[in-house]
Amino acid sequence: MAWYKREDREDDLSEEKRSVPAGVFTKCPGCRAVLDTDNLNKNHNVCPQCEHHFPLASARRLELILDPGSFVEADATIESVDPLGFRDSKKYGDRLRAARRVSGGADAVRAGSGRIEGTPVEIGVFVFEFMGGSMGSVVGEKVTRIFERALERRAPALVFSASGGARMQEGVLSLMQMAKTSAALGRLREVGLPYISVLLNPTTGGVAASFAMLGDVILAEPKALIAFAGARVIQNTIRQRLPPGFQRAEFLLDHGFLDKIVHRNQTRATLASLLKLLGPRAQS
Amino acid sequence: MAQTAAPLVRAGDTPMLDFERPVVELERKIEELVRVSGGATELHPQIALLGARARELQQKIFAELTPWQKVQLSRHPARPYTLDYIERLVPDFIELHGDRRFADDPAVVGGFGTFAGMPVLVVGHQKGRSTKEKVQRNFGQPKPEGYRKAQRLMELAARTRRPILCLIDTQGAYPGVDAEERGQAEAIATSLEIMAGLPVPIVCAVIGEGGSGGALALGVANRILMLEYATYSVISPEGCASILWRDDGKKAEAAAAMKMTATDLLRLGVVDEVVPEAPGGAHRDHDLSARNLGEALRRHLAELLLMAPEALRNDRYQKFRHMGAFVESGDKAAPTPA
Repeated sequence: MAWYKREDREDDLSEEKRSVPAGVFTKCPGCRAVLDTDNLNKNHNVCPQCEHHFPLASARRLELILDPGSFVEADATIESVDPLGFRDSKKYGDRLRAARRVSGGADAVRAGSGRIEGTPVEIGVFVFEFMGGSMGSVVGEKVTRIFERALERRAPALVFSASGGARMQEGVLSLMQMAKTSAALGRLREVGLPYISVLLNPTTGGVAASFAMLGDVILAEPKALIAFAGARVIQNTIRQRLPPGFQRAEFLLDHGFLDKIVHRNQTRATLASLLKLLGPRAQS
Repeated sequence: MAQTAAPLVRAGDTPMLDFERPVVELERKIEELVRVSGGATELHPQIALLGARARELQQKIFAELTPWQKVQLSRHPARPYTLDYIERLVPDFIELHGDRRFADDPAVVGGFGTFAGMPVLVVGHQKGRSTKEKVQRNFGQPKPEGYRKAQRLMELAARTRRPILCLIDTQGAYPGVDAEERGQAEAIATSLEIMAGLPVPIVCAVIGEGGSGGALALGVANRILMLEYATYSVISPEGCASILWRDDGKKAEAAAAMKMTATDLLRLGVVDEVVPEAPGGAHRDHDLSARNLGEALRRHLAELLLMAPEALRNDRYQKFRHMGAFVESGDKAAPTPA
């Protein structure tokens, strides 16, 4: 374990680090304060001084959001294959094995059922540590099943997205997951069950351009990067400096693409209220 | 992703790819010979022989095209674009404009006309031919208003029970500040959801470049056709190379690795049919390529017209529902190795 973990400055988009605080001390990229990592963990990885939201592991996210002991994982045994025999500097198969080792999970999303203040929900949480949360066939299938289960069980759906976009190593099959997930969501919407999308840092590319931006209600964590095209791609296209705060949650809220920015420690309470207001009405 | 233009050799007015050069040069010689012979019959056997040789050479070159060469053909500047097909297949086409929210996007064209004896909606990406038109059409890269116009027209087609034909030809949705500000991601996502739920037949054809989400936003169809030298991928080969190889010079490797040609997509089960182009590529004969495309569209549409609205929605849902490749084991303790 590192004695001292330095986080890169938050305004440096290209080098933004995503690692979970791990050393004894962690430097906050928001305010440069040196934080006791234990205290940071107790505050759900939010800087107590400047409210910078560090990444939070999927297991801890589920603990934070759901009623204790209510999570029942689904589809944990779906695993990626290598349909194209893809190889760049590494084989896709090797990348998958390495990602499974690092993340301890089978792929880039965990899904299941749980309750929030008693209201049953079908939930998904992205695992960014797994190949940047990229969406290949497995992620697409698991997200689709979240919406299908929600429809079957007449429960609201809830997805916490954190993804670099579609997974290039599965080529056009990854692209098609955008259509598959959006189609499944369409069926849920037709019967009037709400879907709440929570955007974490970062939510970009093919995940943003499908179910993540299709929430009946869209929430985001403060300063989360939310984009279709990455800043570097845009900069290469227009050869201009990007406006300050471009593609951050606050920017999207200003432009009308988010309902609300919610502090991590308020998320469970906000979701509980929204589910009571929008969820299926109890039979009286 | 910014893309470099295909390396073009310019001879006269015809833009030409480097691997097309041997054939085109031979054809020039034949034309020259025809011209100097001035109708004299003694040169006819020689001309016929050279003609046969040119066709043979073209067949040989085109039988061995690499994926990267197909990418270049899909972007060929003389390739027929959406309006070229519409002109030939839907002569009474009336273009309709605007998203009723912000603007009209010239990178997407849409309108109604008669195809195969019935009124249909045609929507497609549109690239420009001249420099001025290229700029006006933003190089065929739509902004959110382009997708919102498509949504508006498709919902109108659904209400009036008109089938929808979509022609896909874009390097991708526009990656720019204004497009992001107006919700490029939301616009594409909404198109996917809307198309999935429409109760009318939808047939799409990738006629050139099928670039990522910006292409798919017109591609949630009951049938997906692809021209012989069209490509369809999750990211451009240049983009893939710069991210995974950290070297955009590796675009040919990326094009091969991503399996983005029509035959690849047919094998992956994404595409229903590969439509033959004119020998040497669609740009060599716009009329023949349009006839081939028209025939295929007509055939698929005829099959879909027999289906009830709910069956069409279901058929489209199931088509995309089955896309993807994964393994699933019933036993948590024993994950199947990839």
